[in-house]
Amino acid sequence: MTDKFDDLDALKAALRAATPAPDPAKKAANLRMAKENFARAQESTDAARLTSDHPETKGFMRGVMSMLKSISMKGALTATTSLAAIGLIVLVLAPENKGLLTPPATFEPVVSTDQDTSQRAQAEPVVEQEIAAVEEDVSKELQAPSSTSTPSQTQSLSDSTSNSAALDIFVEEPFMSEPVARESAPMGGLFAAAPLATRERRVEGFVADAIAPQPEENTEAFSNEETSPLQITSENPVSTFSIDVDTASYSVVRSSLMNGYLPDPDSVRVEEMVNYFPYAYAGPEGDVPFNQTVTVLPTPWNEGTKLVHIGIQGQLPEAEERPPLNLVFLIDTSGSMNQPDKLPLLIQSFRLMLTELRPEDQVAIVTYAGSAGQVLEPTPASERATIMEALNNLSAGGSTAGQAGLQQAYAVAEGMSKDGEIGRVILATDGDFNVGIYDPDELKTYIEGKRDSGTYLSVLGFGRGNLDDATMQALAQNGNGQAAYIDTLSEAQKVMVDQLSGALFPIANDVKIQVEFNPAQIAEYRLIGYETRALRREDFNNDAVDAGEIGAGHSVTAIYEVTPVGSDAVLTDALRYAPEPETNGSAELGFLKLRYKTPGEDVSHLIETPIQQDLGIVSEDILFASAIAGFGQLLRNSTYIGDWTYTDAIALASDARGDDSFGYRSEAVTLMRLAETLSSK
Amino acid sequence: MPCVIPNVMRMKTSDEALAIAAAGGDSSAFSLLVERHYDRLFGFAFRLTGSRVDAEDLTQDICAALPAKLNGFRGAARFTTWLYRVTVNAAHDRRRRMASHARAADGWGNWEVNRRAENRETQQDIDWLTQTMTTLPPDLRDTVALILGEELSQSDAADVLGISEGTVAWRMSEVKKYLRRIHEKEAQS
Repeated sequence: MTDKFDDLDALKAALRAATPAPDPAKKAANLRMAKENFARAQESTDAARLTSDHPETKGFMRGVMSMLKSISMKGALTATTSLAAIGLIVLVLAPENKGLLTPPATFEPVVSTDQDTSQRAQAEPVVEQEIAAVEEDVSKELQAPSSTSTPSQTQSLSDSTSNSAALDIFVEEPFMSEPVARESAPMGGLFAAAPLATRERRVEGFVADAIAPQPEENTEAFSNEETSPLQITSENPVSTFSIDVDTASYSVVRSSLMNGYLPDPDSVRVEEMVNYFPYAYAGPEGDVPFNQTVTVLPTPWNEGTKLVHIGIQGQLPEAEERPPLNLVFLIDTSGSMNQPDKLPLLIQSFRLMLTELRPEDQVAIVTYAGSAGQVLEPTPASERATIMEALNNLSAGGSTAGQAGLQQAYAVAEGMSKDGEIGRVILATDGDFNVGIYDPDELKTYIEGKRDSGTYLSVLGFGRGNLDDATMQALAQNGNGQAAYIDTLSEAQKVMVDQLSGALFPIANDVKIQVEFNPAQIAEYRLIGYETRALRREDFNNDAVDAGEIGAGHSVTAIYEVTPVGSDAVLTDALRYAPEPETNGSAELGFLKLRYKTPGEDVSHLIETPIQQDLGIVSEDILFASAIAGFGQLLRNSTYIGDWTYTDAIALASDARGDDSFGYRSEAVTLMRLAETLSSK
Repeated sequence: MPCVIPNVMRMKTSDEALAIAAAGGDSSAFSLLVERHYDRLFGFAFRLTGSRVDAEDLTQDICAALPAKLNGFRGAARFTTWLYRVTVNAAHDRRRRMASHARAADGWGNWEVNRRAENRETQQDIDWLTQTMTTLPPDLRDTVALILGEELSQSDAADVLGISEGTVAWRMSEVKKYLRRIHEKEAQS
């Protein structure tokens, strides 16, 4: 066994040996760009320092734009020769460089060096015999600036605006000599045409990366798929998906609209918008955990089609009967959480939630990043003062140092739960999932394993900026939990007080829906939303395939738009060589199948029911759900919605508001109005 | 317009003085500064990312951003510390973006794809290094890049990473554990 210090030394040696020398061409180009940027930044410095950050960006952009515009043909030619020259040096030095880490022969088409490479390739045959002569002069020029600088160069660099002049000096003597100069003319064309675009792209990237006022905006990642396509019933009669009780997408949409911009279409998951709202569908009777209601109604946005609305209502057990809760709050306290809509809102949200807990429930708090570790031992909810004190002492700060935060939270949760009790980790973060496991697959497997052993995971997102919606979804889906996004205290009230029991008590696991449409009645159909929840047909009967959970009192809605056979609205033509769809004599539109597992069981139950023509009573709930489905499709720029507008959505939703005792639906109408105004700009 | 001092007279001027002059608008000070630190920056970028291509991208991003970033330099830290910090942050941002796009495919992980078999012995060394670096979680890798790659003291590395010296020491002991585990695996196979 080797001594451990030898290991470190070996790593050090290998690391240092592997580090390549910088590519001289890139070095020169980067240095030049840095100096140019510096010069541009100076032009706008005065304005920038007087006001906030924003004008600085604009000023900088203006500078860059003027820089881009000002690269005339002549300037480009000069620059090209210098680049070509530098390319030559690489050619000469390359053999020495090769040992460990020669760059791959083909670069990924990202950096402007593409051009350098191609130029190098072009230059090679012509120039080879000139190299010896050229090498000395150029390398002298180039090596100079790295540590010592020659007087002539210092002089030229001392005035930032004379960079091109400096380059002239660089280039003139050796490279205006005959053979190379001849070759450089076509290269000028190459450089003038392509690199501008490359450069512009880099500059955009840089602006976004480095000095945009909210650079974190860039790091938001949303999970979504292409809108579910239209399906032709005779070709593909079966549609299978997992239910989704998340509501995060609606909150993200609201936060965007409230801030005055239309949401990123990818952030809109229609089913989550629809499921955000509580509906009073008929509840179950007897032992089944939920009841499904199927309703067929005319489509608001298309006269020739119908909506098949499937409403699922979970039972609401008596609060007194529920088993005690064992909750572990896993809280991100990295520096980025130190904003009013993050950690302070989180603390207030948890404070609200405490009022809903019963004395026998237990709470523990684990933090990750910044201050690490367990900050509150498992404490009965009756000791509210202790819990509040721990919450109030949380402070955000320091960089992210995720030291096994997730493992610790699970360990605490397992220690708290007696046999048969529900343990749940509630992860609260602004998008930093540096929780101690880095490999996404390992993380998923870990959470799945813990789910199967009885500890669930819910994820609460706070604040905008680097919200990692995609990871949030993935974690909560695998942890049998809900992903919610909390942007306001009233949202916290909804998620953590009004609908707490739904979030914390699953009544049915792995709920899957499969609908088989009858080709004799339905020509085409499409599922609205649920793009990220699609399952394969065979997954429906496979109990090993995970799916969504229904919590106590949850209602879940799924809507299909179907086109009856013979309708004007059929979008596809009949096939000439395919047999006519059989008229099977059935008037049913289709057949609905549901599978679910009772929590703690591994074998699923099956519920089946036919979908009849003109089924059910169209309630305000159903109309409102349809209005939200339309709204979501408008935000996604769906092509299936025709000339339906926000105005239509507002009219439909306003009429279907019903009691709206929590005011959620009125808020939705307000959001529709905002979207209408914003989209008409 | 501030008085222009020729760089030839500033060979001995400290980084910090140059940085402050540059933040004040002195372009020749800025030029000297980036030229002085470019190689170090690139080397560090490579040790953070483990890929030449990524290191070049990162270096380019930082070069582009430096003029604007420099306005935030107040001379409270050493310039090199500050530059390392800027680099680590930029690398984190890159990593995060890449993680959301391509399931955390960062350079040390991609090396297998990028490498070219040159000569057997060096290849084995590189394999060992790549394998080792890939095994380490990102924050340990960053710490390794600073302590072993840049030979920073634990206190300087702590400054760069914005963590306590104790955490740096802890991370390095974690690195040793990882290395020992790799060794044991090698010994077994």
